[in-house]
Amino acid sequence: MNFLPKASTFATQADKLFLQIFVLSLVFLVFITALMIYFVIKYSKKRHPKAEQIEGHTLLEITWTVVPLLLFVAIFYYGWTSYDYARRAPRDAMVVKVTGRQWTWSFKYPNGKQTDKLYAVLDRPMKLDVNSVDILHGFYIPAFRLKADAVPGRTNTIWFQPTRLGTYDIQCTVICGVNHSSMLSHVEVVREKEFKAWYFGPEGAPEPTAVAALAPPEHAGEPEALALMRPRGCLGCHSIDGKPMVGPTFRGLYGKQEEVVTKTGLARVTMDDERLRLAILEPSREVVRGYPEQMPVVPIGDDELNRVVAYIKELK
Amino acid sequence: MSTQQHTTAEPNYLEYDGKHNGLLGWLLSTDHKRVAILYLVSMVTFFFAGVSAGFVMRLVQLTPFHKMITAQTYNALFTFHGVVMIFLFVIPGLNAVFGNFVLPIILGAKDVQFPRLNLASWYFFIGGALIAVIALFTGNGPPDTGWSFYAPFSLKTGTNVTLGVFAAFILGFSSMLTGINFVTTIHRLRAPGMTFFKMPLFPWAVYATSWMQILATPVLAVTLLLVILERLFGIGIFDPAKGGDPVLYQHMFWIYSHPAVYIMILPAMGAISEILPTFAQRTIFGYKAIAFSSIAIAGFGSLVWAHHMFTSGMSDFGNMIFSLLTMVVAVPSAIKVFNWVATLYKGSINFQPPLLYALSFIFLFCIGGMTGVWQGALALDIHLHDTYFIVGHFHYVMFGGTGFAFFAALVYWFPKMFGRMYSNTAMYVAWFPMFIGFNMLYFTMLILGMQGMPRRYYAHLPQYHLAHVVATVGSWIMISGLLIFFGSLLHAVFRGKKAGSNPWHAVTLEWSVPSPPPVENFDEVPTVTHEPYHFAKEAGS
Ligand code: HEC
Ligand SMILES: [Cu+2]
Repeated sequence: MNFLPKASTFATQADKLFLQIFVLSLVFLVFITALMIYFVIKYSKKRHPKAEQIEGHTLLEITWTVVPLLLFVAIFYYGWTSYDYARRAPRDAMVVKVTGRQWTWSFKYPNGKQTDKLYAVLDRPMKLDVNSVDILHGFYIPAFRLKADAVPGRTNTIWFQPTRLGTYDIQCTVICGVNHSSMLSHVEVVREKEFKAWYFGPEGAPEPTAVAALAPPEHAGEPEALALMRPRGCLGCHSIDGKPMVGPTFRGLYGKQEEVVTKTGLARVTMDDERLRLAILEPSREVVRGYPEQMPVVPIGDDELNRVVAYIKELK
Repeated sequence: MSTQQHTTAEPNYLEYDGKHNGLLGWLLSTDHKRVAILYLVSMVTFFFAGVSAGFVMRLVQLTPFHKMITAQTYNALFTFHGVVMIFLFVIPGLNAVFGNFVLPIILGAKDVQFPRLNLASWYFFIGGALIAVIALFTGNGPPDTGWSFYAPFSLKTGTNVTLGVFAAFILGFSSMLTGINFVTTIHRLRAPGMTFFKMPLFPWAVYATSWMQILATPVLAVTLLLVILERLFGIGIFDPAKGGDPVLYQHMFWIYSHPAVYIMILPAMGAISEILPTFAQRTIFGYKAIAFSSIAIAGFGSLVWAHHMFTSGMSDFGNMIFSLLTMVVAVPSAIKVFNWVATLYKGSINFQPPLLYALSFIFLFCIGGMTGVWQGALALDIHLHDTYFIVGHFHYVMFGGTGFAFFAALVYWFPKMFGRMYSNTAMYVAWFPMFIGFNMLYFTMLILGMQGMPRRYYAHLPQYHLAHVVATVGSWIMISGLLIFFGSLLHAVFRGKKAGSNPWHAVTLEWSVPSPPPVENFDEVPTVTHEPYHFAKEAGS
């Protein structure tokens, strides 16, 4: 398939299988269609006024039961063996944890580094442990022909070995709410040298880029708190420019008076440090009136929480 | 056939005045023919509601990002489109309309076994539909989960899922009760002499379908009830945060919804098996093979549900078994296709609109079936699942298949139902844009899917744009065909030329009564001595 890059060993296998089944199907379709048209013309009332009453033909019927059955079972077999390949990661594959949440992906590498783009090394196997913290998502890399659902409470694994440098799309394939179609990311296939420089480099070492993607990183130089919130998905629901999204904006939030729905009823509160903290740690305890109860519980460290709160406090 | 042509002064079912007349005479009539017309009118109305939603969805895809409606509205639209088309059009489908109208007559009966239950089924249907409409306009906005209501999103979203799901729950009763009615009718009310193997193939298909409706629908009912309970009381069956399992939801949902696919397609296949012999003026090729393949489809079709879940995280062994069974279930469908084509062989083919639509069905259904096999192959499904490919595939099966068969059946039995004839030219003129537009729309979706475009996306990446535009233009062409088709049929209901009792020279029993049939169908119960497609006498006449 030329119109979609083929960038992993599995993609090569899958495309080969695809082509075979495609040709088989095409032959079948053309055969059936041609036969129908031929019969309709050849045996039209004018040319063939008296129909012959043929009730069946045992041998023919056995043939067109057995032959398709064999073909279908063959398709099953090759589908299964290639699938099996995609499921058995080599021992030396690097294991990356993929976490989906409304509406971002984040990637955690064995040494604890965390990114919102996936970095993979050319010709090296990588295994993904896909998981979700809220609802179902689908982790899909079309260029690798691979997909695994992100299911909260369980880990689904796939693995791949990239065969081409470049930047490839990651898309979410399971409907997950209003921003489903912008739950996108990229996988960046880079050379081993660049990957290692970043991976073993100090914190803040520049992330590696594939040759194809030389554009400067989108979020360079942004405040630290934003860099903390981005991979946690906060900015998918909250804006910093005053516009309400799924949740209220962070701008002007500190010190604001608002109505919240609690277990016991409505209450009026003023947003202070404590309330901000509570809103992030236990979102369902006090739900801002007029907003859905959709804010997920996102794991966040104490220190990080302080920085986020301090940032919101400054956002006047 | 030993039945004589009945010429009777009895009023036909359209004109008959019973206890009630006017609209009430329709709404309270237990005559299977009137119930069929009630279904026809309501289902076509819903169909056009679904088409409108689809039309707007296609317009939205004309631009990659800046849109005329919000993402939330878009999500509500595809949920609406899916729910309406599936629960209110294709699931009742040919069974509700032609099962009701044709089944009793083709069996030589005066009505279904339980006429009042039959009317009640329609009320469940309309009741469910009304609740679905209410769900759109009340609560926190219309459901936005897609028609599959996957948990835990369906449990957490603030939209009106509870009521929407309840609507589907009520609709299930309509389906189950119709199933019970038809199974009983086929067992009890066949004309004397009509053994199971002298029964035409449409009743065979209805029989297989009805059993699936009876056996599978309760699973859906339970699943939907659990979703409602979980939303209301947080019992934690499907929500992992409460110890539930979202994959369990998928199993339960598809244990119904996969057989439901066959509930939608089997009666369509049955109708095609009636139409082909009539227009080839010869007996069907491989009667028993077609009859048994309906049963085989119903049986195997109930065992393949998890092929919707190859990426959900089932065990590899489970995936393997379900992939294998999926391939097996393709065989009976292939057998039917071969038998249909062979039925044209050495026939004496009278080319009329029903045949054109039936042959289009075979073509489109082949594409639908084969793309299904592609996805049944595990390695390909990992790529194609949840993309536009699946959207294209099931539109080929459900619309190219069931939809076109519905159109074929409608133009085939139209003269019987209304006693009038439509304009053949109009049917050919409508076919052309419908068929071309259809392929432009859905074949493009198959291509989009191969290219990696995920389904249910409000915005799309630039590489998919061209194909989206092509598909949208296709949708306009197709819809104009649909309008011509239904417009001219509607015209023919009132203004069409009178049709005789047997305009196609068919031999099944429904053509032995006048058109439109009298209230009681037969004044004298016919006796059957021949196989159903016994053309020998008529041939050459
Ligand atoms: C899925 C969307 C979503 C995500 C992701 C999300 N939130 Fe929220 N958030 C909401 C919604 C909706 C509300 C309002 C309802 C409520 O209070 O629970 C909210 C409320 C809040 C509030 C209280 C606002 C007020 O007006 O009182 C704060 C603070 C907050 N979120 C911070 C965060 C932070 C920090 C993150 C990331 C760790 C985050 N949110 C992630 C949806 C989200
Ligand atoms: Cu998602």
